[in-house]
Amino acid sequence: MLLFIVFCPIVAAILIMAGAPARKTALLASGSTFVMTLLAFALFERWQGGFQHVSSFTISADWRLNFAVGLDGLSLIMVLLAAIVTLAAVWFTGEIDKYENAFYACLLLISGGAIGAFASLDLFFFYAFHELALIPTFLLIGIWGSGNRSAAAWKITIYLALGSFVLLIGLILLYQSVPVASRSFDIRALQAAAVEGQIGPEAQRHIYLLLLIGFGVLVSLFPFHTWAPEAYASAPAPAAMLHAGVLKKFGLYGLLRLAIPLLPDGARHWTGLLIVLLLGNIIYIGLVTIAQKRLDWMLGYSSVMHMGYIFLGIASANILGVTGAAVLIFAHGLSIALLFGLAGEIRKRTGTLVFDELGGLAKVMPFAGLAFGLAAFATVGLPGFANFAAEIMIFFGAFQNGWEMERFHVFQIATVLGLWGVVISAVYMLRAYRKAFMGTLGERWSSLVDVRRSLRVPVTLLVGALLWFGFFPQTFVRIVAPAFRTYFSANAQP
Amino acid sequence: MIPPSSLEIAVLTLGMVILMLEAFAERIDKRILAFAAIGALIAVLIGTWFLAPSPAQEQATGFWSFYTADPLSIFFKRFALLTTILVLIMMIDYAPVVVASIPSAKKQTSLGEFFAIPIFTCAGLMYLVSAIDFVFIFVSLELVTISFYVLVSFTRHNPATLEAGVKYLVLSALSTAFLVYGITWIFGVTGQTNLQRITVALANLEIERGPALFGMVLVLVALGFKIAAVPFQIWVPDVYQGAPTPVTAYLSVGSKAAGFVVLLRVLRPFLMLPQVERLIVLIALLTLLYGNLAALPQSNLKRLLAYSSIAHAGYLLIGVACFDGPAVTFYLVAYLLMTLLSFAVLVIVAQQTGEEISDFDGLAKRSPFLAFAMLIAMASLAGVPLTAGFFGKFFIFYAAIAQRQTALVVVGVITVACGFYYYLKVVRAMYWQPAAKVDNISVNVLSRLAMSALIVAIVWLGIYPAPILEALKR
Repeated sequence: MLLFIVFCPIVAAILIMAGAPARKTALLASGSTFVMTLLAFALFERWQGGFQHVSSFTISADWRLNFAVGLDGLSLIMVLLAAIVTLAAVWFTGEIDKYENAFYACLLLISGGAIGAFASLDLFFFYAFHELALIPTFLLIGIWGSGNRSAAAWKITIYLALGSFVLLIGLILLYQSVPVASRSFDIRALQAAAVEGQIGPEAQRHIYLLLLIGFGVLVSLFPFHTWAPEAYASAPAPAAMLHAGVLKKFGLYGLLRLAIPLLPDGARHWTGLLIVLLLGNIIYIGLVTIAQKRLDWMLGYSSVMHMGYIFLGIASANILGVTGAAVLIFAHGLSIALLFGLAGEIRKRTGTLVFDELGGLAKVMPFAGLAFGLAAFATVGLPGFANFAAEIMIFFGAFQNGWEMERFHVFQIATVLGLWGVVISAVYMLRAYRKAFMGTLGERWSSLVDVRRSLRVPVTLLVGALLWFGFFPQTFVRIVAPAFRTYFSANAQP
Repeated sequence: MIPPSSLEIAVLTLGMVILMLEAFAERIDKRILAFAAIGALIAVLIGTWFLAPSPAQEQATGFWSFYTADPLSIFFKRFALLTTILVLIMMIDYAPVVVASIPSAKKQTSLGEFFAIPIFTCAGLMYLVSAIDFVFIFVSLELVTISFYVLVSFTRHNPATLEAGVKYLVLSALSTAFLVYGITWIFGVTGQTNLQRITVALANLEIERGPALFGMVLVLVALGFKIAAVPFQIWVPDVYQGAPTPVTAYLSVGSKAAGFVVLLRVLRPFLMLPQVERLIVLIALLTLLYGNLAALPQSNLKRLLAYSSIAHAGYLLIGVACFDGPAVTFYLVAYLLMTLLSFAVLVIVAQQTGEEISDFDGLAKRSPFLAFAMLIAMASLAGVPLTAGFFGKFFIFYAAIAQRQTALVVVGVITVACGFYYYLKVVRAMYWQPAAKVDNISVNVLSRLAMSALIVAIVWLGIYPAPILEALKR
């Protein structure tokens, strides 16, 4: 079943390139992926630890290199996120003026790459699947992008290539840091080795730094963030939805999957650095976001800013904060995808996203206005949305971490400053909402039509998921937390 | 069972026969000769799986003291044969250009030679990878080089080609002189030309190492010229750009692979001298930086591929510096596949529009197949995962990290990012620049077949590299 989920988008992409009807095949593939993921979600046995739905094929016995996929609570929600956003992104794709088949194929390849990376139990394929999405991203922005698309495409591709090669070096070091006898690309074997303390503290420090930089570039950690807003502003809406919503989360997933269980000493050593950088994300980028004059750039920067909270959760290194980080990855993925999708719809109608030229759009596009408002509230972290539940867990987790150390601690400062970030994000989101949807309707926009009726399905899906997990976060926490509990209890006595 | 040395003899005979036919059978369409040659080389290639075993190098005498048929050499014999076959396929596509360049009443004059000479080069490459004696290395290297003299300047009525030919001739002759001089110094110190016996001689502590090292450096200069390592790379861009495109492909794959095999063999006796490793690390660093940085501003694809071949020599030298034979070999295989694929596309497109990157504008509209093939080749050259090129880089970096070659790793990662820029420049031209012409480009069946095979091989090795690794282990 998991193999189907992983390969369905990729096979569909190949079929589309070979000439299958593009939109139908893509919708069918993403729809069936979504259904199968829901099924996997329902069949997931929460009380049973470890990975489920595992299947494994040997690639090279010498290198202990296997193609292995499997799900635990963490990867399950990542795959679920990918499936939901893929379906929404494909659905949001409207008329494509050139190479329609290639467009859908690229979208599905990104999605397949992300799902494959989340489901992989093998370090090598974990990495390779993510890279599968690199060239399609380049093509999507370059061919179908708007604005300064060429520069944006270069920037994202070279940044991500550099980041992923730094990451590769880190992963190879990680592989080599384990004694020869137990060397393996299998994440489970590495975790077992880490629990036995086979990875020395010295090695952990080097590896963690490399992973932090590598993943940090992929996630747009300050100061490696400059590719993100430009790329998202130029990318066609479905590509921005998939990339900001899903693919970018690969780096965070990687930190949760590798850095936390395997490199606790390294994480402790670099906590100070990470805190400074993530505050750069929250405060500095937050202020930059307020200054934006275009909706797409503002959304791009806001997605960079919210990465700071997730990093805060990861840095807190206790079960509350880390679980909160995982939930926020999910919630942010949904809300940012919805925002980018709606921004794309507006751009399609008005041809501009400059705030000064918009205004009063809610009068002619009431449904879009409502959906945008809900997504904006969710991003700010209004209670009732999944984002709120996640952020509160992160803040409590981070603050608690400082508390346990029984002295005035950097975590407490970071948490306080991070809370101010919420205010910043409320400022720019509400301002954006007012400028675009409220106020007097411009003369030339009076003939605009609301979003297509059929588009209400993916919008409802995204908003519904946000609300459901906002009101019932425990459905989530119960699945995610066991993935970390094994590690934190194992590490309680150093 | 076939005795190993009969492979080369078969290839040489094939070359002679083709030359004879060229001289006496004037009426036939000369392209038939190429098809015949391809068929015969495929037969030889199949023959490599049925070789009689050869004696071990340690107690080898007579013929076997300068010729070996160890797994490495048999692997590279196949490599050379495969390269030659693919180059011949490219040459068939390129034949109209050669015919047009010769102002002669008889239209197909000398086309047969164009197909025959690569076969001699192939024989030279096959001897070279088997050579374990400096004298034999020298002789087979000359066979390769002299046949390249002819090939590089084949369309000699084109001034650029002529310039390329002269440059290649002069610099190649110079490097040969260095090689002979280096061999003399090594012989003077050890009294041996066989690599195995040199190893034994050098292990003797009473021997003077300074002069041996000096000889080694001179040999390195000559080999550096063959593999296009900095600072012996000056000839590469001009010669690559000026030579007929299939010859450029041959030069960048065949000549380079042979150079690396010889380098691996020649270095083995000298490994105990720590200076040698430092020297190679230095050369690798310079080569990586020069090749990648100089490739950034290029606008001519052939020239870009020339610089990229320097850059790849840098990655290969990382492997050599770590002395990881399998990693270097795998990289060479990946390099063969992706370089030949990109040249195969270039040969066809260049005849329609030109060799500039801007001539590739809108290729995706004119021929989706060619554009896709080029996309795969460029992605693999850049090192995108799930292509053979990525596994090549993976093994190289793996070896470098295991040996803690920090400088090489850092520079390598930066240059990989450079590579993404200049390779994707081609992709950008093909996919999102508007086309100057709109007519479709037709591709003949044989080329289409060869290119499809290369694409499949690149992706296959990018997912499942085990076959090559297994073949090397035996």
